[in-house]
Amino acid sequence: MTDLSILFPSLLNGLTTGAVYALIALGLTLIYGVLHIINFAHGAALMLALYAVYWLKEAAGVDPYLALPLVVPGMFVLGYALQRLVINRASHGKDENILLVTLGLSIVMENLALLFFKSDTRTIETAYTLTTVPINIGIAQAMIALPKLVAFGGALVASATLMLIVGRTDLGRAIRAVAKEKHGAKLMGIDVDHVYAMSFGIGLACLGAAACFLLPAYYVNPQVGNGFVLVAFTIVVLGGMGSFSGALLGGLLIGVVESLGGLLLGESLGQIGIFLLFIAVLLFRPQGLFGAKA
Amino acid sequence: MSALKKELLRIAIFAVGVALLLNLLDSGVALNFVMMALYAALLAQAWNILGGYGGQFSFGHALFFGTGAYVQAIAQIEGGLNPWLAMPLGVLASAGVGVFVGALSFRYGLKGSYFALVTLAFAEVFRIVALSVPFTGAGVGLMVPLREGFGNMQFGSRRGFALMVLGLVVLALLVTCWLRHSRFGAYLQAVRDNEDAARAAGVNPFRVKLGAIALSGGFMGAGGAFYVQVFQYIDPGIAYGAHTSVEALVGAIVGGMGTLWGPLIGALALHVLADLTRNLFGQLPGINMVIYGVVLVLMIMFAPRGLGGLGRSVRELWKGRSK
Repeated sequence: MTDLSILFPSLLNGLTTGAVYALIALGLTLIYGVLHIINFAHGAALMLALYAVYWLKEAAGVDPYLALPLVVPGMFVLGYALQRLVINRASHGKDENILLVTLGLSIVMENLALLFFKSDTRTIETAYTLTTVPINIGIAQAMIALPKLVAFGGALVASATLMLIVGRTDLGRAIRAVAKEKHGAKLMGIDVDHVYAMSFGIGLACLGAAACFLLPAYYVNPQVGNGFVLVAFTIVVLGGMGSFSGALLGGLLIGVVESLGGLLLGESLGQIGIFLLFIAVLLFRPQGLFGAKA
Repeated sequence: MSALKKELLRIAIFAVGVALLLNLLDSGVALNFVMMALYAALLAQAWNILGGYGGQFSFGHALFFGTGAYVQAIAQIEGGLNPWLAMPLGVLASAGVGVFVGALSFRYGLKGSYFALVTLAFAEVFRIVALSVPFTGAGVGLMVPLREGFGNMQFGSRRGFALMVLGLVVLALLVTCWLRHSRFGAYLQAVRDNEDAARAAGVNPFRVKLGAIALSGGFMGAGGAFYVQVFQYIDPGIAYGAHTSVEALVGAIVGGMGTLWGPLIGALALHVLADLTRNLFGQLPGINMVIYGVVLVLMIMFAPRGLGGLGRSVRELWKGRSK
């Protein structure tokens, strides 16, 4: 069972999934870090992005990777508008309200998808869906599906871009300022509502990118977001709420744990493992595996 | 008359009034409507005990609902237990699950979104477990055999079930009334409003919240047991799926959290709304939940105190004008 020829492909598989997880979790981390709220609609928004990629391919013949410049800005605009027009107005300055509003939004999105697209699970066919690439590291080799490899690289590039935006641009400085000290930032002339909406928009834009990388090797149905949402929360908590590098490492770790857990314990028990890990981390180490004690 | 006596009198009038209405109603459709509305009110009231009076927002109340439902079904099918005996067992089991989850999360000071997430995660864990173990019937679900008769808690008509759930709703109203006027209830609301201040005043927040989650879980479990008796079927999706959690929470919030009649009003309003849309659009998948979600968002945007609070604002406005 612990043969390297089985473990190595599983490890690679876990890393590629983990990179996409990390990208999804980075969007969630950004929103949490700045707005101090948990976006319950994150999974539902990912589902919408997956449908967007699906319909672009099926109705307009747009290749999922070429859909990036359409879906990413589209999700950004959706996020900006949702925060500005709905979430911000409904919050009345209370965190509980934001929690409930994002829950309401996720219910609406998921069931609208159910209403319009039915509960069918859909996949797309591309020329490269079944292409595999051999990877040889000397002591072990594996065949890995090309879309998974692209997803791995793409998710890492997108994550790096996000970190650059937050770390090196004026917008990023404003975001960090608002995250640290909202009132001080306001006094310095930063438009806090705009920064909130930008953060939410960028958080959802990450989902747009994740959707484009995911779909060639994945599927979409109205409930598909649910599976990701708890995984993403687990990663955010594991990485220390609000830490970007923590989320990136946490994502890769969860991907590997899930893949190896599935291999050793079977699919459904592997899934429970993630939930239990999540509950355990929340209970015993809410500051995260990599976070400092608050 | 004291506030307590006034509330008790109103509950008595409500109980007698609805019971009379149920005896007058003849059509199965109308009886079914009242029964389902009362059932929804029961779930919303259960959520309100922990969410409204305790300030702990659970997103996974299906956890308790499903546990009550499965105990009710399994005790009858495997244990051959009479449903009247199975029900208290289901309520106890749900309260026990509440204490377990509560002890874990409150011990480590989880609140707000963290508590919401933990309850959600627990409900998911239970759903997956129910899908994979044999004694829950896994994905196929469990069927309770048809044995009509009062002794078997299978009333044959909707009227019997409606009266039964009315009894549970009245019990929940009485417990809520007790929360409003007892020492325990005062502690609970103090913890909700300011936990540190409550602790400084000598309240033990951990024990108070544990009591609230046990009560809340118990009533939710009664709702699950009732569901099994009416529909004689349960599966992991119905038991631990998000739908029940959402229904309980939205009903309480729409009506007004932390109020006596709010959850009842909210559940009734949602039920009327859901029925209207069913008549307008037919039985479309997801449409009910879309409406629940939209109503939830709109209520928080425009009337965060719920329908009850909205009514109060209008009354105050009216009084102010007539002065």
